[in-house]
Amino acid sequence: MAQRKAFRWHIAVFLAPAVLVYTAIMIVPLFGTLNLSLFNTGEEGRVFVGLRNFATLFGDPRWSASFWNALGNNAWFFLVHMLVQNPVGVALAALLSSPRLRGAAFYRTAIFIPTILSFVIVGFVWKLILSPIWGIAPGMLDAVGLKGLFAPWLGREGTALTTLALISVWQFVGIPMMLIYAALLSIPDEVIEAAEMDGVTGWSQFWKIKLPLILPSIGIISILTFVGNFNAFDLIYVTQGALAGPNFSTDILGTFLYRTFFGFQLQIGDPHMGATIATAMFGIILLGVSFYLFAIQRRLRRYQF
Amino acid sequence: MTKTIRLALLTSTLLTGAAWAQDVTLTIESWRNDDLAIWQEKIIPAFEAANPGIKINFAPSAPPEYNAVLNSKLDAGSAGDLITCRPFDASLELFKKGKLADLSDLAAMANFSDVAKSAWQTDDGAQTFCVPMASVIHGFIYNKTAFDELGLTPPRTEAEFFALLDKIKEDGTYIPMAMGTADQWEAATMGYQNIGPNYWHGEEGRKALIEGTSSLTDDGWVAPFRQLAKWKDYLGDGFEAQTYPDSQNLFTLGRAAIYPAGSWEIGVFGPQIGGAFEMGAFPPPVPAEGDTCYISDHTDIALGMNAATKHPEEARKFLEWVGSSEFASLYANALPGFFSLNSAPVEMEDPLAREFVGWRETCEPTIRSTYQILSRGTPNLENETWTASANVITGAETPEAAAERLQQGLAAWHAPQQK
Repeated sequence: MAQRKAFRWHIAVFLAPAVLVYTAIMIVPLFGTLNLSLFNTGEEGRVFVGLRNFATLFGDPRWSASFWNALGNNAWFFLVHMLVQNPVGVALAALLSSPRLRGAAFYRTAIFIPTILSFVIVGFVWKLILSPIWGIAPGMLDAVGLKGLFAPWLGREGTALTTLALISVWQFVGIPMMLIYAALLSIPDEVIEAAEMDGVTGWSQFWKIKLPLILPSIGIISILTFVGNFNAFDLIYVTQGALAGPNFSTDILGTFLYRTFFGFQLQIGDPHMGATIATAMFGIILLGVSFYLFAIQRRLRRYQF
Repeated sequence: MTKTIRLALLTSTLLTGAAWAQDVTLTIESWRNDDLAIWQEKIIPAFEAANPGIKINFAPSAPPEYNAVLNSKLDAGSAGDLITCRPFDASLELFKKGKLADLSDLAAMANFSDVAKSAWQTDDGAQTFCVPMASVIHGFIYNKTAFDELGLTPPRTEAEFFALLDKIKEDGTYIPMAMGTADQWEAATMGYQNIGPNYWHGEEGRKALIEGTSSLTDDGWVAPFRQLAKWKDYLGDGFEAQTYPDSQNLFTLGRAAIYPAGSWEIGVFGPQIGGAFEMGAFPPPVPAEGDTCYISDHTDIALGMNAATKHPEEARKFLEWVGSSEFASLYANALPGFFSLNSAPVEMEDPLAREFVGWRETCEPTIRSTYQILSRGTPNLENETWTASANVITGAETPEAAAERLQQGLAAWHAPQQK
């Protein structure tokens, strides 16, 4: 007769602090928000309205226009990151891992530093750099005879969002760089040497040997970028304010949520519609992450050395 | 031995506790962080000297965040004893939710006219919940030194105004007008609400809009947008990305000739300019010679009491003082550009402030059109006006299209507009 294993108390004890803290500050508020979105203020206080808030958000022409505008902007914000931040991050990592590069440690640090700066600092600094009145950008362009190229980018509807996305790329390019750099360093020398023996060098070595080995890291970076971008708020709020001007062209889900939940100037905050938007954001992020987990991550091949 | 020490310690704790209890500290919530020094150096000492035992702590937060911060604090029960009141619905909502105390029976309320109190009363005027402190007046501040240099005089009519702007532009030394659209509210507040009353005829137009007898697509409401659309050519390079502080600096550094203003700038500009040039002011130009002029004399700031305060008696005492003529004169002179709403006349020293307040004699005063009742629903008319005004100036929207959009938004929830 097999002896029953004693309950392993130490596991519960070790898990408890993290589980308790995480539950208290993440899970409970999350369900609180989901719950809040099912209520609204009626004639006599708070009433249960079921999914009617969602019907308003997606059905009312004004609410839905704001929502789709914010979602569209958010998608563009994410796309710019995927198209610029991650390829540049990979390229920088590849350059840094080159054994012939001198001063790699300096570059690595310099490129990573903006990541640790506060959004507020980054926002204000770039706003000043790009200011048509006091900024150094017009002067610098003038110095190389390209003054004509300068425009008040942050103030134009067509360019504001892309400019902000690029500022954010500038700030966060260090993260994919570091992760990919670490992944590149972890490729065993034997693999590289074997490739060289087979005559696979230079570019084809990167494409055929290194890239497949760092794909899982690129996957993780993509999902981090996705979650980060769809939760973004700070940079837009700092540079463009809660109204996300000009003409809502930089309004993303985060600023839309803030304006609705907390109110803005004469508009009084509406926690119920705010929670509805937050729930929609949660849904979007959940969908994106699930898609990644089930459709992409399971197909990624991992190599064991 | 130890027992005596313990006893001594115990008594000393009790005694200090008792000493603490005598002083009541009242905390004031406010969005006027610019005024921190004035409260700490002038206003609070004057009150504390006359009322020993009450300490006042002025704790402002940043203006754009104030409403959100205050609401959260009130909900959480951590708000201060005294609450600086935004005019109209923001405060009315707090009163209805029971966050602000009813102050109708405050003796000092007798010192204020009904118009002054209207921004902080229930719709039927039965209950007043904040003590009116000040109003702000819109107009244009100009660089007098620059005007003298170019031989210009302040305009009275719309035609003169644009002729003047053309001249400044032609000369090229100065940016004709310092305003940007990046913050949007500048365009709405210093633009639309500044010049608008002349076109919608002040109170008459504002009331008609509330009653639903006129609409935002009527000429009187579209005309100010048509004016704003013309402003584009007279603003500085890159005005699309120019923020409110940028505009202020452009003017105080003497690079711009005219600044579409609110009177609250007087106290800010004076020390910044530091005598480098002289300032003057003119009221918004009228459409044609001989028209009645209207100005926006906006009831802007008041002080109320947190209904959950632990020291209601002391707070009321302070509010009585805020309603007194002593406070009125102290405040109006410490903060030139914030005009007292107290019925007792206040002698002001600042010449620019006297100029602004002088328009009350010749022009019909009104308040900002979007503040009373009309910003109660979703979409919020005031916030929509910000975007619309900025769009009209940048050319993203025509005046007619902007007006049409505002009207549709208002009619979506304001019953009298739904016909």
